[in-house]
Amino acid sequence: MIRIEALRYRYPGQREIAFADFSLSEGEPWLLLGQSGSGKTTLLHLIGGLLRSQQGQIIIKDTNISGLSEAALDRFRGQHIGFVFQRNHLISALSVRQNLLLAPYLAGVRQDAGRVEAVLEQLGISDKADVNVRELSYGQAQRVAIARALLNRPTVILADEPTSALDDNNCDKVIDLLLDASRLNNTTLVVATHDHRLKHKIPHQINLTQA
Amino acid sequence: MNQLILVWSYLKVKPLHTVLNIFLLALGISVVTVLLLFSQQVSDKVASNTKGIDLVVGAKGSPMQLILCSVFHIDVPTGNIKLSEAERISRHRLVKRSIPMALGDSYQGYRIVGTTRAYAELYNAELQSGAWNEKAFEVTVGSAVASRLGMKVGDQFASAHGLTTDGHDHEAHRYKITGILKPSRTVLDNMILTNVESIWMVHELYEANLNKPQLPSTLVPSVEARDSLRELTTLLIQYRNPLAVIQLPRFINSTSNLQAASPSFETARLFAMIGVGAEVLTGFAVVLILISALSIFLALFNSLKERQYDLAIMRSMGAGRTRLFVTILLEGMFLTCAGSLLGLGMGHVAIAAFMVIIPEGQKAGLSASAFIPAEAWMLTGSLVLGFICSFIPAFQAYRTDIHKVLAGN
Repeated sequence: MIRIEALRYRYPGQREIAFADFSLSEGEPWLLLGQSGSGKTTLLHLIGGLLRSQQGQIIIKDTNISGLSEAALDRFRGQHIGFVFQRNHLISALSVRQNLLLAPYLAGVRQDAGRVEAVLEQLGISDKADVNVRELSYGQAQRVAIARALLNRPTVILADEPTSALDDNNCDKVIDLLLDASRLNNTTLVVATHDHRLKHKIPHQINLTQA
Repeated sequence: MNQLILVWSYLKVKPLHTVLNIFLLALGISVVTVLLLFSQQVSDKVASNTKGIDLVVGAKGSPMQLILCSVFHIDVPTGNIKLSEAERISRHRLVKRSIPMALGDSYQGYRIVGTTRAYAELYNAELQSGAWNEKAFEVTVGSAVASRLGMKVGDQFASAHGLTTDGHDHEAHRYKITGILKPSRTVLDNMILTNVESIWMVHELYEANLNKPQLPSTLVPSVEARDSLRELTTLLIQYRNPLAVIQLPRFINSTSNLQAASPSFETARLFAMIGVGAEVLTGFAVVLILISALSIFLALFNSLKERQYDLAIMRSMGAGRTRLFVTILLEGMFLTCAGSLLGLGMGHVAIAAFMVIIPEGQKAGLSASAFIPAEAWMLTGSLVLGFICSFIPAFQAYRTDIHKVLAGN
């Protein structure tokens, strides 16, 4: 499903980060563990095509995304990858529904109002559909962010520290939500975190150590 | 979700910014619009009103007053001239056509002009209803006069002395309307035409001759040529050939106590004088437009900082760089386009208001609903302006490093 081969990345003026090869199969949740600075976010962004790889291959669903042109990569990202960030980053100028519809619009796929309703229903926030995102609580905003990542039925959801700002109770809720949602949508979930509370929730783990 | 909703949503988040920017630009554009409409229509009017009149001959005084009085009918006469003198000039070999004009009376502020049919022919006037005035005290009225005063063929009225509505009335003589003109968009629309004899009779300078004159005057055939008593106000002259441009004014000014004034020269002089004011206004409007462009640029540029996460998120959802570029560009162009549309509307409303509030505006016959090509250019220009002032912010958005923004927590 997702395969990483001989992947290396170097920030200007810094040491090169070499990533160990690994491959994930479809629908499996994985944990990407490591301390700050170990390259978790870098790897996540490389897989998500937010960062262009310099060496090595990233193969997602038979597509080597390191070989795609910029425009093709944008399109691929929109259609196959969903992101959940630590800070939810909803578009505050838009309502919840518009935020969700933005995903298919920007990915260039059909905007399906029924799909929006279904996802909101799954995440238990259907009553918030027409609320402006500035009026949401943190927890509600996080659900909207997860809904947005799920909307285009992506191949993989990449979550960057989704729980590190949360207390234990909410941490459990969010990770369960992500696990349930990805199972329900048959999506591979990759969570990059240094949050050890997640270790017993997700058995498949990749440890990034500073080489 | 589409591009328009996206752009509109961002504008709606900051209503004060948006309204202020649109209004600032609209203010500048409306001043330019008013000036353009005004100068365009006034110069059209001037051109159509002076068409066919090469020279105006009248009593000594201000040449501009002579033109304003006898071509545009917005000033009082400089005085009268002897009919015999006028005849002498009209017989000059360089004069192709001369039209006598006797002024002095009005009705409800509309000037009664004692003249010949040639005057109406000058403007290709046609009758809307009735017939041309033939006999004394018959009048043909202009379309604007008829519609504003609710006149119809067969109505009668008494004239007043001067150009005001409160001058003393010549109650003894009543004019009768025989015809109404079609709108010509010239000064004729505001005229009441009669023959020269009517004006003389009102002022007791003429009794209907029982005998036909032995040698009829070339200007007013019902009286003897070289009549020494009767007077005209002005004589409108058409040149026979270009040579007259140089010779005729000099001939008139030096060999008689009359003065000759050229409509084209005097109107050019007038425009040169009011042109300074118009230029100051235009400059002011241009400054307004530039300030509003700067303000739009700053608003977009400043909003980029708080929007960098939005932009990065949109990229993460599959939006290409170009999409972000276009979104910001459209935002700026929407602002300038809305501003200039509002400005054009305000300009037209201002002209309409001018014509309602100021009575002279009605007579000026300007049209608030007339559109000129320059307005399409202004609209295009505003889109270009929007492009220019949003290009740099849009390019910044285009260059957003999504990895840096999204990892930078």
